[in-house]
Amino acid sequence: MRVNFTVNGRPQEADDVWEGESLLYVLRERLGLPGSKNACEQGECGSCTVRLDGVPVCACLVAAGQAEGREVVTVEGLAEYARQRACGTDACGTKSASLDEAGRRQAQGTDSQTGEGTELSPVQQAFIDAGAVQCGFCTPGLLVAADEMLERNPNPTDADIREALSGNLCRCTGYEKIMDAVRLAAARQSEGV
Amino acid sequence: MPANGAPTKITQGSQTKGGIGESTLRPDGTLKVTGEFAYSSDMWHEDMLWGQILRSTVAHAEIVSIDTSEALATAGVYAVMTYDDLPAEVKHYGLEIQDTPVLAHGKVRHHGEPVALVAADHPETARRAAAKIKVEYRELPVITDEASATAPGAVLVHENRTDHHAGHVPHPNIVHRQPIIRGNAAEAAERADFVVTGDYYFGMQDQAFLGPESGLAVPEEDGGVHLYIATQWLHSDLRQIAPVLGLPEDKVRMTLAGVGGAFGGREDLSMQIHACLLALRTGKPVKIVYNRFESFFGHVHRHPARLHYEHGATKDGKLTHVKCRIVLDGGAYASASPAVVGNASSLSIGPYEVDDVEIEAIALYSNNPPCGAMRGFGAVQACFAYEAQMDKLADAVGMDRVEFRQLNAMSQGTIMPTGQPVDSPAPVAELLRRVKAMPMPPERQWESSEGPDVRQLPGGLSNTTHGEGVVRGVGYAVGIKNVGFSEGFDDYSTAKVRMEVVGGEPVATVHTAMAEVGQGGVTVHAQIARTELGVAQVTIHPADTQVGSAGSTSASRQTYVTGGAVKNACELVRERVLEIGRRKFGTYHPAWATAELLLEGGKVVTDGGEVLADLVDVLEGEAVEVEEEWRHRPTEPFDLRTGQGNGHVQYSFAAHRAVVEVDTELGLVKVVELACAQDVGKALNPLSVIGQIQGGTTQGLGIAVMEEIIVDPQTAKVRNPSFTDYLLPTILDTPTIPVDVLELADEHAPYGLRGIGEAPTLSSTPAVLAAIRNATGLELPRTPVRPEHLTGKA
Repeated sequence: MRVNFTVNGRPQEADDVWEGESLLYVLRERLGLPGSKNACEQGECGSCTVRLDGVPVCACLVAAGQAEGREVVTVEGLAEYARQRACGTDACGTKSASLDEAGRRQAQGTDSQTGEGTELSPVQQAFIDAGAVQCGFCTPGLLVAADEMLERNPNPTDADIREALSGNLCRCTGYEKIMDAVRLAAARQSEGV
Repeated sequence: MPANGAPTKITQGSQTKGGIGESTLRPDGTLKVTGEFAYSSDMWHEDMLWGQILRSTVAHAEIVSIDTSEALATAGVYAVMTYDDLPAEVKHYGLEIQDTPVLAHGKVRHHGEPVALVAADHPETARRAAAKIKVEYRELPVITDEASATAPGAVLVHENRTDHHAGHVPHPNIVHRQPIIRGNAAEAAERADFVVTGDYYFGMQDQAFLGPESGLAVPEEDGGVHLYIATQWLHSDLRQIAPVLGLPEDKVRMTLAGVGGAFGGREDLSMQIHACLLALRTGKPVKIVYNRFESFFGHVHRHPARLHYEHGATKDGKLTHVKCRIVLDGGAYASASPAVVGNASSLSIGPYEVDDVEIEAIALYSNNPPCGAMRGFGAVQACFAYEAQMDKLADAVGMDRVEFRQLNAMSQGTIMPTGQPVDSPAPVAELLRRVKAMPMPPERQWESSEGPDVRQLPGGLSNTTHGEGVVRGVGYAVGIKNVGFSEGFDDYSTAKVRMEVVGGEPVATVHTAMAEVGQGGVTVHAQIARTELGVAQVTIHPADTQVGSAGSTSASRQTYVTGGAVKNACELVRERVLEIGRRKFGTYHPAWATAELLLEGGKVVTDGGEVLADLVDVLEGEAVEVEEEWRHRPTEPFDLRTGQGNGHVQYSFAAHRAVVEVDTELGLVKVVELACAQDVGKALNPLSVIGQIQGGTTQGLGIAVMEEIIVDPQTAKVRNPSFTDYLLPTILDTPTIPVDVLELADEHAPYGLRGIGEAPTLSSTPAVLAAIRNATGLELPRTPVRPEHLTGKA
């Protein structure tokens, strides 16, 4: 089947989709957007969290066909999504998200030196600054979930943060630096930094 | 203070920003937060196929027949392979003992053992085709514990063993046995005023790294293959992969893909050989990605253990003796079991002074899932038991539990049960003092003006209590872990460092085969290069097999060993750079010949701070490159009868205090706080050090109260291979983890550092258990603790 939906503000069309494919599979394997992760494919770990019409969902539990005609935001589009939210949809010039770059992904070793100068959302920057990224496999899902929480609740208590992120497993950090990162993002947001 | 107003001497790197001791940020951080970091499961290639593994549905059986015809006839299927299709004479692999078949041959020995492979153009096609392969099994009796393994007439898991442990084990179903005898425990026991004994059980824990086993094998024109893979040790993989492909090692190129955590679970091979076999068979790139269900079958777990201990003390609280016996279940294949036995035995009495000990550790072969490396590696199981014993014995003597530990704590100079003297700081009593001195979390934190916040109570949002039946408990524990590979292993690493001018700036490139699995080795390597070479720009080359082995990202060893190799290579580069400088500019300034010279801020300076030259001018037209192996002090094997030998490189210590609240009516536990004090020697990157300690602490919490792979004792089948049924700590289950970092240098190690990754995983579990015992008064001899153990309904 063919599926049409919007990803990170850009219309996408996926052809020859088998009906059993998940939204996660189509994003990762057909649209060249592997940022959403595949840690469990059981809806338990949150590593594949994306926004579907604004609502955070596990992309592994959404059938690709369910996304027909809807808007999806993934970690690859998070910086642009946050930028547009911060300055209102029309006030800022549009900057193209790095979809094309991501789409050209080929097998290659990890190059630890690229990515400098990339525009980041406040929560992405806070994760780096607070040391909330270790192996980083949980990071995309946590970022989407944390960004959505800060959109709803700009001044969360610790208990609010824990509740909002309880669907996202992390095996490396013990969550302390993730708490620090979300607190930092909230503080910077309220200071308008 | 320098005398006579002489200028303050500077030391190498002290004037250069971003060097060791700073909390510099990860070089891969931006890629990881934008989703662009390429993990092994993100690999993609034009025209690639998907590989699928068919696994056994029973634990122990003869294979009567395999019929692949229907699978082969499926549209979209390119290849189906069984044991009969393996291309080389070598058909087995293994970390230490080559006992693991690439595909099952005539027999399967555990639930989920690989039997056949499929390559197809879509992962679902491959899955469905694999399901069409008909395997007929004739089931055999299952070995599931020590009794069934050593019973008269027991079926042998491996017949006709020829490995180097086969000759000294008491039974062919025992992989390895390590006794340690020092002093005379029987005589010393007569001096004891108090003796306590205990039998303990430690459940099977899963590493549960989030990035599933995965990779991409690309066939190459020369008949070789290029594998993009997530692993802990590229060269160890290579050594095991090449022979079964029938290829020389230089035709198997390995590049490290992004690794989504490891924790020991990627020491053994998983899908590496299978992907390469299918790629070579089909001539097309093949990607394999396990789902979480398969991941539970696709890697080894932490050994479950039964532990028997006897401790004695005099009435003034001095330990007299320890006797213990540790039985680790290694499952169907050896994996790292022999080394886990070595650790469990040599670290079995903990960080305490005891001269008279009688220790035995064994690992079984059984039909349970294979077990091998996981963070803490044999020391974790022992720590759980000896710390429970120390509490029991302190109570028997009538002493405070922390003071009793401090009274018996080891220190620098202590002789280990193996006869090895501890020749660097061992601040065990100090760590206990520090962790005890940390402020306690306030009582009844859940209370607020708007009523109880159930999120902070046992049961959480299930809203099972508003404080009724909730009791607080506090527990302490401390542990000892070895750092590096032990028992005489040649535990070297290799670093290649290049220095040149790029774009008008001096740039250092560091190339190692170190597996970055999240620990932050890439961050630290750049810091070391900045410190040693005085440059701002450092490029970390992707890890691959085009450079010598870095050894494993295991055993808390990489910052020590590959960090040491990077430091060493940088020092050699620095000497070469200074030689070039002397040659070019030596005649212009006498200091080139007479002063101690340093590289700082992109310049050659004297130790008094005088600038002699810009590195750009020194390196103009010349690049300096050094590739060099580096070794720490050698170790010795443990004697097979007495366990004596200088087997370990370094020791690492952490202490925890756990505060828990238990809903005693429902058996629900809320860990309120888990404080840690750890000696790290030297924190090369304080932010990363604290992150490692908090992460290790949380894995210890997991096996204390929730994580356990349940294996059916009748069938040896795994009952909970999912994140629905195998419970990992969430952010709601994990408390605040305040950390107190102590830095007492080990003069034998680079910068005085101490390997840190594992120690916090040891003492976390027994501290939580001690706190739950303190709250409930229950004995709780097994971990993890489940509600039924607390309510008496088990």
